[in-house]
Amino acid sequence: MRASLVRGLTTAAIVGALTLPAIAATQLTGAGSSFDYPFFSKAFYIYSQKNPDVTVNYQSIGSGGGIQQFTAKNVDFGATDVPMNAQELARAGQPVLQIPVALGGAAVAYNLPGVSQTIRLTRETIVDIYLGKVLKWNDPAIAKVNHGVNLPDMPIVVVHRSDGSGTSYIFTDFLSHVSGEWKSKVGTGKSVSWPAPSAVGAKGNEGVAGQIRSTPGAIGYVELAYVIENHMPAATLQNRAGKWVACTPENVAAAAASKPEVSATNFSIVDAPGANSYPVSGYSWVVVYKKPADAGRAKALYDVLSWLVGPSGQSNAKSVDYVPLPVNVQNAASATIRQMQR
Amino acid sequence: MSVKYQRLGFRRAYGAFGTMLALFCAALAAAALLAILGYVVVQGIGAINWAFLTQLPHPVGVPGGGVGNGILGTIIVIGIATLMAVPVGLLTGIYLALFGRGAIPEALRFLSDVLSGVPSIAIGLFAYAVLVAPLKHFSAFSASFAFMMLMLPLLVRTSEQAIRSVPQTVREGALALGMSNFRATVFIVLPTARPAIITALLLAIARVTGETAPLLFTAFGSQFWEKNPNNPMAVLALQVFNYAISPYPNWQAQAWAGALLLVVAVLILSLGARLMLRNAMRGLDS
Amino acid sequence: MSTDTGFRRVARFVSPADRGFAAVVYGGSILFALLIVALFVELVIGAWPSIVAFGPSFIWKSSWDPITSKFGALPMIYGTVVTSFIGIALAAFVGIMAAVFLSDFAPRWLATPLSFLIELLAAVPSVVYGLWGLFVLSPFVRTTIGPALQHVLGWTPLFSGPIYGVGLLTAGIILALMIVPTVTAISRDVIAAIPRDLREASMALGATKWETATRVVLPAARVGIFGACILALGRALGETIAVTMVIGNRPQISASLFAPSYTLASVIANEFTEATTSIYISALIELGLILFVVSIVVNALARVMIWSVRGSR
Repeated sequence: MRASLVRGLTTAAIVGALTLPAIAATQLTGAGSSFDYPFFSKAFYIYSQKNPDVTVNYQSIGSGGGIQQFTAKNVDFGATDVPMNAQELARAGQPVLQIPVALGGAAVAYNLPGVSQTIRLTRETIVDIYLGKVLKWNDPAIAKVNHGVNLPDMPIVVVHRSDGSGTSYIFTDFLSHVSGEWKSKVGTGKSVSWPAPSAVGAKGNEGVAGQIRSTPGAIGYVELAYVIENHMPAATLQNRAGKWVACTPENVAAAAASKPEVSATNFSIVDAPGANSYPVSGYSWVVVYKKPADAGRAKALYDVLSWLVGPSGQSNAKSVDYVPLPVNVQNAASATIRQMQR
Repeated sequence: MSVKYQRLGFRRAYGAFGTMLALFCAALAAAALLAILGYVVVQGIGAINWAFLTQLPHPVGVPGGGVGNGILGTIIVIGIATLMAVPVGLLTGIYLALFGRGAIPEALRFLSDVLSGVPSIAIGLFAYAVLVAPLKHFSAFSASFAFMMLMLPLLVRTSEQAIRSVPQTVREGALALGMSNFRATVFIVLPTARPAIITALLLAIARVTGETAPLLFTAFGSQFWEKNPNNPMAVLALQVFNYAISPYPNWQAQAWAGALLLVVAVLILSLGARLMLRNAMRGLDS
Repeated sequence: MSTDTGFRRVARFVSPADRGFAAVVYGGSILFALLIVALFVELVIGAWPSIVAFGPSFIWKSSWDPITSKFGALPMIYGTVVTSFIGIALAAFVGIMAAVFLSDFAPRWLATPLSFLIELLAAVPSVVYGLWGLFVLSPFVRTTIGPALQHVLGWTPLFSGPIYGVGLLTAGIILALMIVPTVTAISRDVIAAIPRDLREASMALGATKWETATRVVLPAARVGIFGACILALGRALGETIAVTMVIGNRPQISASLFAPSYTLASVIANEFTEATTSIYISALIELGLILFVVSIVVNALARVMIWSVRGSR
C-alpha cells in the first residue's frame, strides 16, 4: 500500500513531465519593472484570452532585474522604467530595441492616522525628508503649506525600494532636478544609498505600498495605480510652475504632453514645465533584441508588443489607472517594433 | 562548589517554582505553534474554495482567481526532485551501510551533515549557476535540482540507518541460501528497510514543500498553467510570498489561504511519516 | 543498537551482478560527493571577481552602494549576527527549560503530545512564519512589545529610536520561534541519554528532583545542549524568507533593535535576480559564500559536540 502511494506519486510526476510539450502554446517570458506590473498583468491576461495559443508570463522583479535577466537572455523581453544606457547596451552584446509601453506617475503616498485631509508637500520639502533634514510630520516646513491640518508629532518613516527599481530612478531623478545637494550627495539611479536615518526598504512597488500601509508615519513613492487600487492617500505636490497638483492620470498626461518627443536617450519628463504637469512622471520601456534568438517566438513577441502599444493594448491602461501613451509616442513605438526581425 | 545548607521547605518551593517555569516554557513553545496555526486557519479558511484550488491567478484588480497552477507546479517540482533524489540518496545510503568504515565513508557522512546545514538560499545560487545561467532561462527543473540537494542529506543518513537496522541474521540467511550480495540487498534487505526509508522520503518532501528561498531565482513563477519543467513555473510557496508582500487585500487573503494549504500539506506528510514509522516499529517487534 | 558489520565481512563482491551492483553504489555515492564539492566550487567561482576586487576588506566595509559599485558586507553580517543572537538567546532559554520539563518532569501523557506539538513547530514552512511575522508579530511589536520595552529600557541605545514593527527585534523573535524545536528536541535527547544512575545517586543524596535536574543532569549534558544551541544557531544564520519579510531591508548598522536591518540571506533573496553589473552579482554570491562557510563551521562544531554526548547515530 505504501509502495503504491510512492508509485502513484512517481507516475503522476512522470506523466506530468511528459505530457507537456503536447499542449505547448508559445510562452513568452518577461521580467522587470513592478511599475508596469498591474498594467501588464491586465493587458497580457486580455491578450491571452483573445489569443489562447500565446501566453505572456511577466514577473515583477524590478527594472534592474529586468535589464539583468534580459541581458543574460533568461527572458524574452525586459521591462524597465529607465531605458538601458550605453554601458548596459554594450553589455547586451547585440542590437536592442527600446520601446515605450506605458506612462505613469510615482505618487508620494503616506500613512498618517487621524489625518483626513490630503497633505501638501513642496518639492524642496520632499528632498529634505529624503535627505533626513525634516524628521517629524509637524515640522514647520510641512505645517507652513498645510494650514488647518492637525499634523501629528510623529517621526517620518521614509520607505524606499530595496530592489533595483525604475520607480526609484524616476523619483531620484526628480529629487536631483530639484536639489543640487541631492544630485551631488546621492545622485540618480535605480538603487541608491538612501541617506535618511529612519528609512525602511521594501521589495517592489507592492512591497513599498504594503510597508506604508502597515507603518504609521510612513511616506514613500509608489506607482499611481498601486495607490489608487489600495485607496491610499497620496500627497499633492507643488510642480515647477508652482501649482499644486495631485497624482492623477490627467496630470501625468499633462507632464507627458510637455515633451512630445521622447527617445531612449532623452526620456526624462520629471519636474516638467506646465501648470498641470505632475512632477514625478515617467515612461516605462520594454527592451527586446532586434534579432531574437528564436524565430518562432520572435513572431509571437512582435505580435504581442505591436498589440500592446497600439490602441487596443493601450485601452487597457485606463482601466488600471495608467495613462495611455500619447498618439505620437504610440506611433514611434510601433515604428521601433517594426525593426524587429521576425 | 559550596552548597549552603538550606531548609528543605525552601528547597522544595524553589524546585516547584523551577518546575512551573519549565512547564511554562514547554507550554509557551507549544502555544506558539497553536497561535500560528490557529491564526493561519482563521485567516485562510475563508478564501479556500473550489475556485481557489483550481483556477489561475487573476490579474490585479480582478477579484477571484486561485492558485491551481501553483499547486500543480509544487507537485511537478517536488515530483522531479524526488525522482532525482531517491536514487542518489539511496545508493549513497547503501554505500555507507555496506562499506561504512574508513576515512572515505566518514568524509561522506560529514559532507552529508554539512549539506543539511547549508542555507537553502545558497543552494538556490548553486542551482542558478549550474542550470539557469548556462541554459539561459529559468525553469522548474532548476528548482527541482535545488530541492533535490535539500532532500539528499535526510535520505542519505536515514537510508543508511534503515539498512543497518535490518538484523544481520536476515542478511546472513539470504546469503546462506545462495543469494548474491546484490540480490540479497535489493530483494531482502531493502524491502525490510522500506518503511523507514519511505518515512524519510515523506519527511524530505515535507521539508521542501514550503521551501521558498531557492525558488526566487529558479522556478521564478508564472501566471499560467505551466507543465513544461523546462519553463518558469508557478509554485505555491512562491505565490504565498509574492502575495504576502503585495498591498492588495484580495491577494493577502489568498496568501493566508495558500499558507493554510502549505501547512496542511506539511502536517499531513509529517504525521504520515510518524504513523508509518510507528507501524514499522511495531512490525519489527512482532 | 545497530549492528555495525557490513556485508563485506560476510561475503565479497565477486559475481558480475555483485560487481555491477557495487559499481552502481559507488557511482551514486561519488555523484553525491561531487554535488557537494561542486556547490562549493561554484560559489567560489561566482564570488571570485568580488573577492579579487574587494579583498578581505569586503567583510568589514559597510557601504552597499550599487551605483558606485562599492560593496561591503558588514551591515549584513551585523544584521545576521544580531538577529541570530536574539533568536538563540530566546530559544535557548525556552528550549532548554522545555527539554528539562519534557524529559524529567512531565508525565508521559503530557510529554508525548507536548513534544509532538513542539516538533511540529519545526515543520511549519518558513514562508508561513514570515506571513505571520509580517501581519501579526510586526504590528504587535510596533504597538505593544516595542513601546513596553522602550518604556522600561528606552535609556539604553538598544531600545531607542522609532519603532517600525519590522526590524532586528521582530526578525529575532521569529527566528527564536523557528529554532525552539531544534533546541528542545536535541536537548531532550541529550538529557535522556544521561544515565539514570546519576539521577538516582543525586536523589539518594537527598537532592530534590529540580536540584537533580539543574545541578546534576544539565551540567552532565551541557556539551550536548550547547551543541544543540549551536546547531540551532546555524539554522538561524541561514534562514531567508521569514527574515526577509520582517527585517526591513536596509543595509545599515544601528544600535537600536527596533531599527530595520538586512541579513546576508535576505540581501541575496531581494537583490540577486536584479543585480545589473557583474561585480554586483559577484558580491552577492560572495555573501552566499560567507554564509556557506559560516554554516559549515557552525554545523561541524555542533555535530562534534552532540556526538560527544549522544553518539553519532
